[in-house]
Amino acid sequence: MKLKTLMLGAAAASVLAPAVQAERGEDGNVNIIYWQAPSIMTPYLSGGTKDIEAASLVLEPLGRYDETGALVPYLAAEIPTVENGGVSEDLTQITWKLKEGLLWSDGSPVTSADVKFTADYCMAPEGGCAQFAKFTGVESIETPDDLTVVVNFDKPMPNPYGPFMGGQSPILQKAQFEDCVGAAASTCTEANFNPIGTGPFVVDEFKPNDVISLSANPNYRDPEKPAFATVTFKGGGDAEAAARAVLQTGEYDYAWNLQLAPDVLASMAEGGEGTPVSAFGTLVERIEMNLTDPSPDLPEGERSTVAHPHPILSDEKVRRALSMAIDRELLVEVGYGQAGRATCNLVPAPELYASDNTECLTQDLEGAKALLEEAGWTDTDGDGVREKDGEKLSLLYQTSTNAVRQDFQALIKDWWRQIGVETELRNVDSSVFFGGDPGSPDTFQKFYADVEMYANNFDGTDPQSYLSMYRCGNEPKPSSQWQGENINRFCNEEYDAMLDELAKTGELEKRGEIAKKLNDMLTKESMTIVPLVDRGRVSAHSNTLGGVVLNTWDSELWNAADWYRIDE
Amino acid sequence: MTEPVPASPVPIEALKDKGPDKPPRSKWRDVWEQFRKHKGAMVGGAFLLFITLGVLVGPWLWTLDPQALDIRAKDMRPIYTAIWNSEADVGWAHPLGSDQLGRDNLAQLIAGGRASMAVGWAAMLLSLIIGAGIGVVAGYFRKLDGPLMRLTDLFLSLPILPLLLVAVTLFRQPLRANFGPEGGMFILIVTVVGITSWMPTARIVRGDILALKEREFVLAARSIGTRPFQIIKRHLLPNVLSPIMVSATLGLATAIITESALSFLGVGFPSDFPTWGKMLADAVARMEDFPERVMLPGIAISLTVLGVNYLGDGLRDALDPRIRGR
Repeated sequence: MKLKTLMLGAAAASVLAPAVQAERGEDGNVNIIYWQAPSIMTPYLSGGTKDIEAASLVLEPLGRYDETGALVPYLAAEIPTVENGGVSEDLTQITWKLKEGLLWSDGSPVTSADVKFTADYCMAPEGGCAQFAKFTGVESIETPDDLTVVVNFDKPMPNPYGPFMGGQSPILQKAQFEDCVGAAASTCTEANFNPIGTGPFVVDEFKPNDVISLSANPNYRDPEKPAFATVTFKGGGDAEAAARAVLQTGEYDYAWNLQLAPDVLASMAEGGEGTPVSAFGTLVERIEMNLTDPSPDLPEGERSTVAHPHPILSDEKVRRALSMAIDRELLVEVGYGQAGRATCNLVPAPELYASDNTECLTQDLEGAKALLEEAGWTDTDGDGVREKDGEKLSLLYQTSTNAVRQDFQALIKDWWRQIGVETELRNVDSSVFFGGDPGSPDTFQKFYADVEMYANNFDGTDPQSYLSMYRCGNEPKPSSQWQGENINRFCNEEYDAMLDELAKTGELEKRGEIAKKLNDMLTKESMTIVPLVDRGRVSAHSNTLGGVVLNTWDSELWNAADWYRIDE
Repeated sequence: MTEPVPASPVPIEALKDKGPDKPPRSKWRDVWEQFRKHKGAMVGGAFLLFITLGVLVGPWLWTLDPQALDIRAKDMRPIYTAIWNSEADVGWAHPLGSDQLGRDNLAQLIAGGRASMAVGWAAMLLSLIIGAGIGVVAGYFRKLDGPLMRLTDLFLSLPILPLLLVAVTLFRQPLRANFGPEGGMFILIVTVVGITSWMPTARIVRGDILALKEREFVLAARSIGTRPFQIIKRHLLPNVLSPIMVSATLGLATAIITESALSFLGVGFPSDFPTWGKMLADAVARMEDFPERVMLPGIAISLTVLGVNYLGDGLRDALDPRIRGR
């Protein structure tokens, strides 16, 4: 089903639903399955999506992102902006106003002290807060009255919605977590497993890495919601089993993040018990070109460092030819189906930041061959592989172990063979590849290969920090213990200058323009990054569960309060 | 005057040899006749021969490239599917169907069998040589018994899969540089499987040697001054051949399974190099729609391993002089 029809359906349903005299808890129980089991109920002590999303049933931030990436007030009365005076002109201060009459699930009132406490909790030095990045640049937080919170930043913040916005940064109750600040954070098991929140549900029983039982919050701000009296949140298993449980057997009502091949998912959906839904965020499957020489002949510590430029891929024409040989539409068909779209952009969304770059979408094998000829790579000995100065055009192509990625590797190898490029494939176990262990030669940061493929995205809706990853000097290198995000070892002064400009610009239109330009510099102008597929999130809900709006910008359970049972 | 002594003394009647009425039988012929009586072993051996020949000669008979993609002919079913499902997408171009990228299943099965069998035989031979060698030496030379058996215990406690993962990380790069991606991985897998599976052979052989070396025929050999190496070669090894053979067949099976497990985990050969284990692993997600992609390599692995086990069983019976002829 198309995303649009689904959303229209959901919108229509949400219009109809209140007409049927909604009442809290009238729809009984809802079963949710996450194939990764939550181990804690607060996002501050875990970076895992599973934990963040489970916690979002109970804890709420001041505002959330909706399915289009727009900001929606939750505990706040409205979203502060420069226009309504909530954000100061110099972009160093944001003033949040809480809704009036908000209560915690234990009946006590929500005040600005709780909001301030949340920031203190996460910014406490020894706390090891997983969402510390959200509070970057926060200088001080003031609470002039019970409903007002003023956040001061130490420098202009074009995007001041880091703290208290989105599922990663919800508000904790001061009374409950007061003794859990700093090093004591992880020892407060009771609070971490059963947080008191403002969300639609409260935890009855929390079994780490297994099942969470929740029931409707009696003090939820909307007296008619949530429609469900209880929630059973089951964790564990694998994506395939979770999909079966919703689509084929109907045991569960909602399954999260079903990374399955399109034909597998489609055949399950024929079970008729549920519907897969998809939505697109910023996750892009891409091929990264190594601009430095990964040759094993170089001494350890110099491989894949800026000291040695890549003998083949330093030539922009070769990179472009490699990109032209790829048929992205076919990749989508084979690997993702409705959960993917061919893309040429590193930043595919939101609309404001997405460049209109589409020239890579058409495969051009002849053009690629011509380009390689032009770059001096010719097949002189007739073995089907091009040479230049006695060196073969041979590449090592690595990625993580995953059925879809291996299919992609096989297809791309075949296309590259057709333009005279020899490819050796390698796949590395995901936990090693993404593990970041500086001792392992197989991590994606070390990049001991010529090209590698993986997917990455950015949090929230602002791509500034994402684009800043490709700054000169931010590359993984021995002196930084191979940590760093500039995987390609890209370095361009013009790019860095524009990044600085982006950090100073507050006006959205202008920011969009700069971000698009930066995106183009990495993709279509230099072909340093070759985006392949804009990957959507696929989840599935039962045909009897209404109100589901899949959201890739925030927790998938962001609107669980609006879910209801469709009577058959 | 003395009576002339006859040129050849007349043999005493009772002690006279009746002379061989049948031509002499060689030991190996006895072994073969005993072996033929074991039906399972015959079937197993025949199947193993068939598979081995099939993967060796197969690429000349079925010339499709197992790595060639043909996306238009993807997801084809085996030809026999047409018997019960007339709408199935079948064709003689791909008699066993094709996978999700249009690679021919038959060609992959043949190429995969080559890799799996090669790994199996090579690793088996390696572990056999190490195992038998260590077992014989430990059993025969008392001084070496303790250290060698403790070494065996040490190796027995090594978990093979984690060890392989570490070895892959450490040695892949140099091996790849010298022998290419496939050759390097082949050497690595064979070596690691070989050096982690010789221990049962060594223990069994040592036990048998310990008992054998106290027997009278060994004492006799020693008393006429036979050197230890000759005793081992002439008297001990032939007597422990049957347990060695059994370990060998089991070792072949283990090696094939270990290679499959590695491919299944994605740390074996490059992802486009087909082996039976990899075909199996790739097909699991689509098991429901395309059961043949799991069944074909799965059956090939199971039957090969089963065949090898039966062969080993028959060989043991045939090689043991005490069982032979019964």
